[in-house]
Amino acid sequence: MLVVEVEKKLGDFTLNALFASEGGATVLFGPSGAGKTSIINMIAGLMRPDRGRILLDDVVLFDRDARVNMPVWQRRVGYVFQEGRLFPHMSIKRNLDYGRWMGGHPADPAAFGHAVDLLDIGHLLDRRPGKLSGGERQRVAVGRALLMRPRLLLLDEPLASLDAGRKNEILPYLERLRDEAKVPMIYVSHDAAEVSRIASRVVRVEGGKVTATGGVELLDA
Amino acid sequence: MLNLTPEDWIAVQLSLRIAAVATLVSLPFGIAMAYVLARKDFWGKSLLDAIVHLPLVLPPVVTGYLLLITFGRRAPVGAFLADNFGIVFSFRWTGAALACGVMAFPLMVRAIRLSIEAIDRRLEDAASTLGANRFWLFITITLPLALPGIIAGMMLAFARALGEFGATITFVSNIPGETQTISAAIYTLTQVPGGDSAALQLVVVAVIISIAALMASEFFARRAGARLHGV
Repeated sequence: MLVVEVEKKLGDFTLNALFASEGGATVLFGPSGAGKTSIINMIAGLMRPDRGRILLDDVVLFDRDARVNMPVWQRRVGYVFQEGRLFPHMSIKRNLDYGRWMGGHPADPAAFGHAVDLLDIGHLLDRRPGKLSGGERQRVAVGRALLMRPRLLLLDEPLASLDAGRKNEILPYLERLRDEAKVPMIYVSHDAAEVSRIASRVVRVEGGKVTATGGVELLDA
Repeated sequence: MLNLTPEDWIAVQLSLRIAAVATLVSLPFGIAMAYVLARKDFWGKSLLDAIVHLPLVLPPVVTGYLLLITFGRRAPVGAFLADNFGIVFSFRWTGAALACGVMAFPLMVRAIRLSIEAIDRRLEDAASTLGANRFWLFITITLPLALPGIIAGMMLAFARALGEFGATITFVSNIPGETQTISAAIYTLTQVPGGDSAALQLVVVAVIISIAALMASEFFARRAGARLHGV
């Protein structure tokens, strides 16, 4: 269960987000510039809200009044960025293993193998990020976030940099991720067609405000 | 061909040792200073930046003199280090290494700072979401991504240390077998009648060492660069 009640002034734009998510895939849906990425940056801890609170299950990630602001690296919130952001100086295997390594967990070949199979990236393990196609890179980015054993997975328009064919190549993996991995997801997108297959719940964001929350029917409006 | 006397060889070995020690010992300080200047904002930063660059613009003799009145055997810092840690700089090869390290420091810091400033901070954000605290973030992301600049900085510092003359001779004099580097030995030979051919021998050695250092750094920088581009 994720509860977000935050306010943040960004220049002359005020972001005021109020929503909750109960597992499954929650889609933050709205036009570009509506503040969706800022919202998930605040959940991840990469941006600090001016006021409000963010709770994840029974953990307080941020609470202005209680002066709690958990550092990014302690939050265990996985983040798949629009541009992948794979580490260029590491092999794909080391990229995938990075979160486990930093978390100090022992190697778990079963979990590693499962994620690699789920995303079909076994043939890439010894390569370096520079040689990957856009679609391969995003699948590795998803795997890397998944293998850190996150409490929550944030995906920021993970398909935005891909053409239509590539999008359709990756969408099934994301559906499997939602159904099999059982990690709650917050998925940011402005593309209704893309998220209609993924969403179990939709939060519509416009002009820095949450204007509606509900089911996939919100995507048609 | 080369016909070096034992004294010449000692000067060559001493030069290499002094330049290597100066480069390696100043490296951690250079990385720390470059990181602070690249990433931190604080009151007095431009003053610190100016002080770091000072050896680049001061006449080397002035730097040597400042070292003498700071690190000399009876000078405040020199006496303290000698009495408490047994570290003596004056008229020792360690003093020559200190002078070379100080003279080379601005070049080293500059190269490393530029490469740290060129790092894509978004990669560091990604690493922190994956659970890397500030220490591990620095070790696993920042440092490897700055590696080409660190190699370039080491190579510049090494070359500068090999060529250092003014500050060294002012601070620790020109003692054969202790502080007489290639540069000082060449200078000494050119001051005595008939020393020209012996000086030329050392000049050839200096050229060979410099070219070898350049080629080695080019090789390592190329390898590091290829790694960074993810291929």
